[in-house]
Amino acid sequence: MGRDLVLRNPVMTASGTFGYGEEYTDFVDMAQLGGIIVKGTTLNPREGNPYPRMAETSSGMLNCVGLQNKGVQYFIDTIYPRIKDFDTNVLLNLSGSTLEDYVKGAERIDALDKIPAIELNVSCPNVKQGGMAFGVTCAGISQVVSEVRKVYHKHLMVKLSPNVTNIAEIALAAEAAGADSVSLINTLMGMAIDAERRKPKLSVITGGLSGACVKPVALRMVWQVAKAVKIPVVGLGGISNATDAVEFMLAGASAIEIGTANFIDPAVSEKVAFGITDYCERYGFQKVTELIGALEC
Amino acid sequence: MTKQIADFKLVEKQDFGRSVLLRLRSDQPLPAIQPGQFVQVRVDDSPSTYLRRPISIHDVDFQKNEISLLVQQVGEGTRHLAQAKEGDVINMVFPLGNGFTCPEVGEKVLLVGGGIGIAPLFYFAKVLKENGITPSLLLGGKTETDLLRLSDYQQLGETFVTTEDGSLGEKGFVTMHSIWQKQSFDKIYVCGPKPMMKAVAKLAAEKGIWCEVSLENLMACGLGACLCCVEDTIDGNVCVCKEGPVFNTRRLKW
Repeated sequence: MGRDLVLRNPVMTASGTFGYGEEYTDFVDMAQLGGIIVKGTTLNPREGNPYPRMAETSSGMLNCVGLQNKGVQYFIDTIYPRIKDFDTNVLLNLSGSTLEDYVKGAERIDALDKIPAIELNVSCPNVKQGGMAFGVTCAGISQVVSEVRKVYHKHLMVKLSPNVTNIAEIALAAEAAGADSVSLINTLMGMAIDAERRKPKLSVITGGLSGACVKPVALRMVWQVAKAVKIPVVGLGGISNATDAVEFMLAGASAIEIGTANFIDPAVSEKVAFGITDYCERYGFQKVTELIGALEC
Repeated sequence: MTKQIADFKLVEKQDFGRSVLLRLRSDQPLPAIQPGQFVQVRVDDSPSTYLRRPISIHDVDFQKNEISLLVQQVGEGTRHLAQAKEGDVINMVFPLGNGFTCPEVGEKVLLVGGGIGIAPLFYFAKVLKENGITPSLLLGGKTETDLLRLSDYQQLGETFVTTEDGSLGEKGFVTMHSIWQKQSFDKIYVCGPKPMMKAVAKLAAEKGIWCEVSLENLMACGLGACLCCVEDTIDGNVCVCKEGPVFNTRRLKW
């Protein structure tokens, strides 16, 4: 991938589903992953939304965590020293509610030697005046990406929201503003109701849908975006096994992220990495990169 | 502490109507397990159950590599789990969370359980007894049939009972039992429905007694990654799955 992000294999873990990696070291050998993307971090600490923050749905779940985190400085002082020597790429997912937050956050992360890339979260549906405000218009994404680009010198991945009319246009705007890659999709906005109590199941009523149920939507969007942009596309959304991962690569993804599936099988990311290798051997692909966009249609 | 993901075989199932006791055996030796920790059970072949189900550890037999779960049928996932047959394979991630704080020898200990919340107190009472502490148990239910395995609990310590309908023990809630007037305790441990735990916590606070409660907020990952199961504490929102499920009540904003 562009600007110094070299992955050992195409498998990464999605932000918000893998903690800081430490939560999963009993289950996963980091050396078997292309990278991990740690929990969405904002310039200042955030308490997140009230409980309840989760509702199970058919083949998926809704969450409205609302970017609970202790802020960039806490990450730098406390978390970074503990995880910087993981034998994999450690990417930070950076979110914000103002342009200034994104820029200041990115500046500080730029100084961390062992973080080769930021995944810029312009697509969290769960915070008021949240990143998604930037991520749903071409002008918004163009502004935030170009401002961050001025201060951030390493690989800049931009995570796109599926809650838009034409995701390819948004991806093109991110590319034009200086993104090195795009990752998609973030969660789809949804809602769940408890009919017995006639109340919403989530504290803030709406939340982001993830899990196996979103895969067809994600796959379609990855395919559309991969056809539109020249920068690498990272695919995510409901990937639960190696076959799912291969499908995203065939649709045009250069790498993939495993998200909600980590909750069901904490060891799934490593299994997917092995499974992709198996697939390549089975069908005679010499290199995994041969899968990218190899869809025949 | 090492967490594992492993397949267990259901070696024995006891049916209690709305609840079942599942005795599950692993091929692998079990890691250390503290009373109050829990497992995340994968529910197979249930399309509407996507996530694992967090269930407290009811009993452990390290000689036989067995973990027992006392499961109440609450929703689709637990209903499906309760239909498992002997010989079925059940996948679990365990042991998760932090258990109860062990009391000092000589301290007077009361374990208070409500409904299916009595489940983790069995293993806890057993471990206490092995360590030379005989706890008192106060178990409450809506009715007689809620008090599962009562004779087995009675083997582990002096056991007091309340039922809301008066069908067994004293009539009313656990907080109304006469034991509170007759005896004093150094440490109280509670597991049950939240309103019941809050009532016991309040009573303990009034009496100035140290108190721990075991929470069961809705969870997804069980590992502290997703931040869904948070409880509001004096330290802000913390994950019940990772920092709990057992909390000292002084830490909670109840």
